[in-house]
Amino acid sequence: MQKQDQDVIREFLVESHENLSRLDQDLVELEKHPKNAELLASIFRTIHTIKGTCGFLGFTTLEAITHQAETLLSQMRDGQRELTPSLTTLILATVDATRTVLAAIEATGEEGSETFAGLTERLRVASSKTHEEIPVEFRQEEEATKVSAAADANIRVGVGLLDKLMDLVGELVLTRNQILQFNTEREDPALNATAQRMNLITTELQEGVMKTRMQPIGMIWSKLPRVVRDISVGLGKQIRLEMDGTETELDRTIIEAIKDPLIHLVRNACDHGVETPETRTRAGKAATGTVTLRAYHEGGQVNIEICDDGAGFDLARLRQIAVEKRLLRPEQAEKLSDRETMNLIFLPGFSTAKVVTNISGRGVGMDVVKSHIEKIGGIVDLASRPGEGCSVKLRIPLTLAIIPGLVVASGNRGPEPGVGERFVIPQVSLVELIRLEGPSGRAQIESIHGTPVYRRRGSLLPITYLNDVLDLGNSNDNNVINIVVLQAEDRQFGLVVDSISDTQEIVVKPLGKQLKGLNIYSGATIMGDGCVALILDVLGIGQRSGVLSESREQARGALEQKIQAGIEQQRLLLFRAGSFERLAVPLSLVARLEEFPLSMIERAGGSMVVQYRDRILPLLTLSSLLDAGVANGSQTADPAQVIVFNDGNHGLGVVVDQIIDVAEEAVTVRQKTDRKGLLGSAVVGANIADFLDLNFVIRAAAGDWFEESGGQAARKNVLVADSSAFSRGLIRSGLDMAGYRVTEAANLDEAIRGLEGQPVDVVVASMDLPPSGSASLVAALRARTSWERIPVLALAETLRQIEERGAEAAMFQDWQVKSDHKAMLESVARLAAALAVEEKSYAGAGS
Amino acid sequence: MANENRMNGSGQFATFYVGDLFFGVDVLNVQEVLCFQQMTRVPQAPGVIEGLINLRGQIVTAIDMRGRLRLPARAAETKPMNMVVRTVDGAVSLLVDEIGDVLDVDQAAYDRPPENLAPTARDLICGVYKLKSRLLLILDAERTADLAVGIAA
Repeated sequence: MQKQDQDVIREFLVESHENLSRLDQDLVELEKHPKNAELLASIFRTIHTIKGTCGFLGFTTLEAITHQAETLLSQMRDGQRELTPSLTTLILATVDATRTVLAAIEATGEEGSETFAGLTERLRVASSKTHEEIPVEFRQEEEATKVSAAADANIRVGVGLLDKLMDLVGELVLTRNQILQFNTEREDPALNATAQRMNLITTELQEGVMKTRMQPIGMIWSKLPRVVRDISVGLGKQIRLEMDGTETELDRTIIEAIKDPLIHLVRNACDHGVETPETRTRAGKAATGTVTLRAYHEGGQVNIEICDDGAGFDLARLRQIAVEKRLLRPEQAEKLSDRETMNLIFLPGFSTAKVVTNISGRGVGMDVVKSHIEKIGGIVDLASRPGEGCSVKLRIPLTLAIIPGLVVASGNRGPEPGVGERFVIPQVSLVELIRLEGPSGRAQIESIHGTPVYRRRGSLLPITYLNDVLDLGNSNDNNVINIVVLQAEDRQFGLVVDSISDTQEIVVKPLGKQLKGLNIYSGATIMGDGCVALILDVLGIGQRSGVLSESREQARGALEQKIQAGIEQQRLLLFRAGSFERLAVPLSLVARLEEFPLSMIERAGGSMVVQYRDRILPLLTLSSLLDAGVANGSQTADPAQVIVFNDGNHGLGVVVDQIIDVAEEAVTVRQKTDRKGLLGSAVVGANIADFLDLNFVIRAAAGDWFEESGGQAARKNVLVADSSAFSRGLIRSGLDMAGYRVTEAANLDEAIRGLEGQPVDVVVASMDLPPSGSASLVAALRARTSWERIPVLALAETLRQIEERGAEAAMFQDWQVKSDHKAMLESVARLAAALAVEEKSYAGAGS
Repeated sequence: MANENRMNGSGQFATFYVGDLFFGVDVLNVQEVLCFQQMTRVPQAPGVIEGLINLRGQIVTAIDMRGRLRLPARAAETKPMNMVVRTVDGAVSLLVDEIGDVLDVDQAAYDRPPENLAPTARDLICGVYKLKSRLLLILDAERTADLAVGIAA
C-alpha cells in the first residue's frame, strides 16, 4: 500500500508542477485578455484538479488554499467580477504558495508547518467582497523560483517516438545477430572485440527501450476498486474485489488498448455475475460476492482473467433472448452447444440484463470488448459453471517484442538436402531440455497404446515429435533424442526435435494474413544468416499434436486428420431416413442444410415445393423413395429437415428424417451394394453407413435436370476410369449433378472402349487405374491423333500420393485428391472449357 | 461494377507470365520485382504458399501463382521470379514464371473476363485487355493474396 501511495503522490507532483508552469503563463495572458473565457476555464480547471487530488491525498493546507482560489476563479468565470491586477497578484501568490507546499511534500512527504493562513484569509475576503479592491501585501517567496527536482527528472515522450525506437532496436538486434554470425566465421580479433562490445551495448539498449514502454497492469487496475464500490452500492450488492498479479508488466500500447474493455468486463461481472445478497444467501453462498482479477504471463502471452463467483451464465435464458431479439430462430437456438450459447453475448445488441441500468444492459458492450481485444491480436475466452460463477479470460499476445528463443532444427527438408528446417521456440514456454543417447536412450521412450511417453522424475510426460506434427520428414540421425519440455497452459509435454542449436534474442514479426489460420506458429523472425525462421506456438503445437486436447478421442482424430491429407473435403454428412439409420453423402456436394416448417411446403404440379431464396425448390422425401412399396409409417417431422443440393442453376431439396452428424473420420471399409438408390456401405468412424446414390435421387426427382442444366456443361461427355465401383459412383454423383454425361470404366481396356464408343471431352482417371496406373491411359490417348487433345484429370487417393509420384503427375492436365469433389468438379469444368477454346482457335487458324 | 472500378488505375501494367497466360498488375500496386529468392518453407501451410522471404527485414509471404491458378507445377529446375505487390495487409510476393515489360494499354481495349472462365481463374482475373498480339489478363492482387477467395467451399 505504502509503495502505491508514493507512486500516486509522485505522479501528483509531476502533474501539478506541469500544471503550475502553465498556470503562470495563462495568468499573465489573462491579464492581457481579461475576457477570455477559455483561458479562465482552463485556469479554473487546473486549480480544481489540484484541489481535488489534495483532498484525496489528505493535504489539508493545500486544499484550503486552492479551495479559496477556486471560489474566486469561479466568480470570475461566471462573470460576477472582473480580473484586476491585484486579483491576478493574489492568484499568482496562490500559485507560489502551492509550489512551496509541493516542494515540501516532495522533500518530506508532508506539507510542512507553514499554513499560509494569511493568504487563505485574503482569498476568502476577496471572494466575499465582490466589488472592492483588496489590498494585497506582496511577498516574494524564495522557494517559488526553485524548480522542482521531480519535474526535472521526468519528461514526457510521445508513444509514437517510443514505438519508432522499439522498431529500430528490433532491426538493430537482427543486424547484431548477423554480425555475430560473421564474427564466428572470420576469427578476426579486432572484429571479435568490436562485435562483443556491440553485442553488450545492443542488449542494454534493448532492455532500456523495452523498459520505457512497460507499465504494471496495476496502473489501470487502481481505478477499479472505486468502480466496483460504486456499482455495488448502486445495485445493493456486496462485492469484494481481489487482484492478483498487479505487478505484471505490459507493453504500454497494450495497457492502453485493454483499459476500457477491462473496466467494462469488471462492471459486467458486478452487474450480471454477482447476485444480490439475498439470492446468494438462499443459494448457500456467502452474502459477499467476489470479483477476482488475475494477470500473469504464459507462453509468451499475457493472460488476464476476470472471474466472479456469481450464478454463471443462464444458458437457457441466453437462448431465449437470442430468439426474442430475432437473432436466431427457435430451432436454431435449440441446437447450439453450451459454448456457442455463451458466445451469443458477443453479438452486437445482445444484453441479458432484465433492467437497463446505467451500468450495463444497454446492449453495447461485449461485442465492443471482443473487437477491441481482437484488434490487438488477443482472444476472449469464456468459461462458466452454473451456480459457481463465470470467468472471462483475455489472452493477449506480444504483438511486437524482442524475446529470447531456443533455435531448434528438425526433419530433412531444409534448404540443403538432408538438413533440417529451423524453428524458434519462445523461451518462456521452455521448462527443460532432455537428451537421450543411443539405443538405451531410445528405449526410455515408452508407449501406451501407441502414444509415446517418457518417465520424468516419476511422472509421465506425453511426447510428441515435431517431425510428425509438421510433417518434416525423418532425419537420418536416430542416435540421439532431444526432448524439449514445454509448458502450455497448465500442462507440460515433451517435443522431440532432431537438434538444438542455441538461444537467441529474436524479433517477433507477424505473419501475413494468409497464414493467420495456422495456430502452430506465433510469428517469424530473421536469423543471423538472413533467413526467415518460424516461431512455434507452443499451445498450438500441443493442440495439433493432440497432447493438449480435451480427450484422447479428439487427439486421435486430430492425428488421423493430419495423416489423411485433404480431410477437409472428406467430411461426410450423416442422416437418417426411413428404414436407413445411417446414410451418408459427401458434405462437399451439399449446398446447405435447411429446416422448413411444414406450413411452408406447398404442392405444385404434383410434387412438393418450397419457396426458397426467391426460387422454387422442389422437394423429395427420401424415405418414400428408398423404401418404395413399404408403407410409409414415419411422419415427416415439423420442421422438415432438408438437405439442399445445388449446381448453381438448379436446386433440389431432399427431405430426410433427421440430420445426425458431420463425420470427419476416414472411410475405412467399402462394399458395393446392388440396392437401388445406394452406392454401397462403408465404415465411417465406428459404424456402418450407407452411401446415397445421388445420381439415382436426382433422376427420380427431376427428369428435366439434365435437359435444362446450364448450357455448355450439358453436352460434355466425361469418362470416369476407376477400379472401384464405389469411387466411380461418388465421382459420378458430382458430375451428374453438374450436368455432364458420364461413362464409367473400371480398367484401361474399358476406358479405351468407352473412348472409342463416343467422343469424350474430359477423362477423369484414378492414378491407380488397373492394370498399370493412369499413365498408361495417357500414353494410349496421346498415341491417337483424334484423342491427342483430350485432357486428363488424375485423381489421387491422398496428397502424399501426388508428392510421391510427382514426375508422373506432370503428364496430366490437372490432378486432384479423390475426396475433394468440389475441386474435382471445378477442374473438369475448366478442362472442358479450355478444350472448347482450343478447338475454336484451331478451327480459326485453319480457315 | 466493382470490377470496372478497379480498372481506374494508372493505365500502366507490370506484366508477367504464368504458364502460357499473360498477366498484368497495375504498376501502382507493384512494390518491386526480384529474381528468385531463398525461401523458408512453412510446413502445414496451404499448398499455394511457397514460403517466406526476407525482404530487407520485412517478412513477405510468397504465393505460387501456378498453384493459385491451379495450373500444373513448374519444372523443378526452373526458378520462379518474385513480383512483390502491395495489398491492404502488407506486401505479398507472387511467384511467376517470367517477368514481362511494363505496358501502356488503351482503355478501349478493355473487356470483362468471359463468363465461362474456370471459377478459380474468374475469382482472380478482373479484366482482359485485347492487345494486338495476345490477351493481357488483369490480376486482382488483393483477391489473389486472400486465400479465402477461390479455395473456400
